[in-house]
Amino acid sequence: LPAAVLLKDTKLMDVKLGQLGSWLAMRDFTPGGIMGAIRRGHERYYNKYINVRKGGLGGISMVLAGYVILSYMWSYDHIKHDRRRKYH
Amino acid sequence: MLSRLVLRAAPAALRALPPPVAVGVLHATRTLHTTQQSLAPVPPLPEKGGEVRHGLIPEEFFQFLYPKTGVTGPYMLGTGLLLYLLSKEIYVVNHETAAAACILTVIIYAIKKFGADVAAFADKLNEEKLASALAMKNEAIQTLQTAIEEEKKEQWRVEGRSYLFDAKRNNIAMLLETNYRERLLTVYNEVKKRLDYQVAMQNLKRQKEQDHMIQWVEKNVVQSITPQQQKESIAKCILDLKALSKTAHAAV
Repeated sequence: LPAAVLLKDTKLMDVKLGQLGSWLAMRDFTPGGIMGAIRRGHERYYNKYINVRKGGLGGISMVLAGYVILSYMWSYDHIKHDRRRKYH
Repeated sequence: MLSRLVLRAAPAALRALPPPVAVGVLHATRTLHTTQQSLAPVPPLPEKGGEVRHGLIPEEFFQFLYPKTGVTGPYMLGTGLLLYLLSKEIYVVNHETAAAACILTVIIYAIKKFGADVAAFADKLNEEKLASALAMKNEAIQTLQTAIEEEKKEQWRVEGRSYLFDAKRNNIAMLLETNYRERLLTVYNEVKKRLDYQVAMQNLKRQKEQDHMIQWVEKNVVQSITPQQQKESIAKCILDLKALSKTAHAAV
């Protein structure tokens, strides 16, 4: 009998699709929790791609690509007007 | 080890104190640092970072799709996604697209051409930093090692301290002996001088008494020779002389 793991402690990739809603509801959304989550994410990314002996290009290029995509999404309302259609 | 004994005995001692005092005393008797210090030595940095394909997509994504779609899965996904974005004009092709294309071309060309050199240069810088830090560490270890050697030598020297003190003690004893003997000689000389003085005094006294007595006796004798006796003695002497001369003539 495998040890029952609480839903709270499972990682995101192990959560079944049906449990996603309840899993999201259980997360810690206090400001401290959000800061903690940001810090954890940053630590993971930093220690995996940047804080190494022979760091490669992927470390910063992924961050820059993410920034490009995010800024495109934020300025979509402005770029909408350059679409090739008759009626905007 | 003794500190652990103290730490174990301390709670009992604290409880033995009267309650107000025990509350006031800082309860620092729980053992701190119960686990091994795990902060040193720091684990070394990993050699290479996470794999990234085409500089943009982490390798984990390809591995994630491999069981279901094989090798070409992610590329098909990428192509389909791109076509969808273009056809629905979620990604709008405008002047910025041309600018982005030019910039990306230049960037990719530069990376392909100079990437290896820049990486080698950065690695060299890192190596130099590491080497200097390592050299400092080794030097520190070396100095500490020599310090340990010196300390051991000093400890060995301390063992010879007893010989040094023995030699010094001998020196001092000899000095004391010499001094004592010198003083003994001085005492002897002084006493001898005093005794000689006494002896000389006695001799002088006796001599003076003798001389005085002889003089006195002579003086008295001379005084007592009356003129009559003097004449008698002179006449006797003449008679004796005559007799002697006679016998001398006879002998010759």
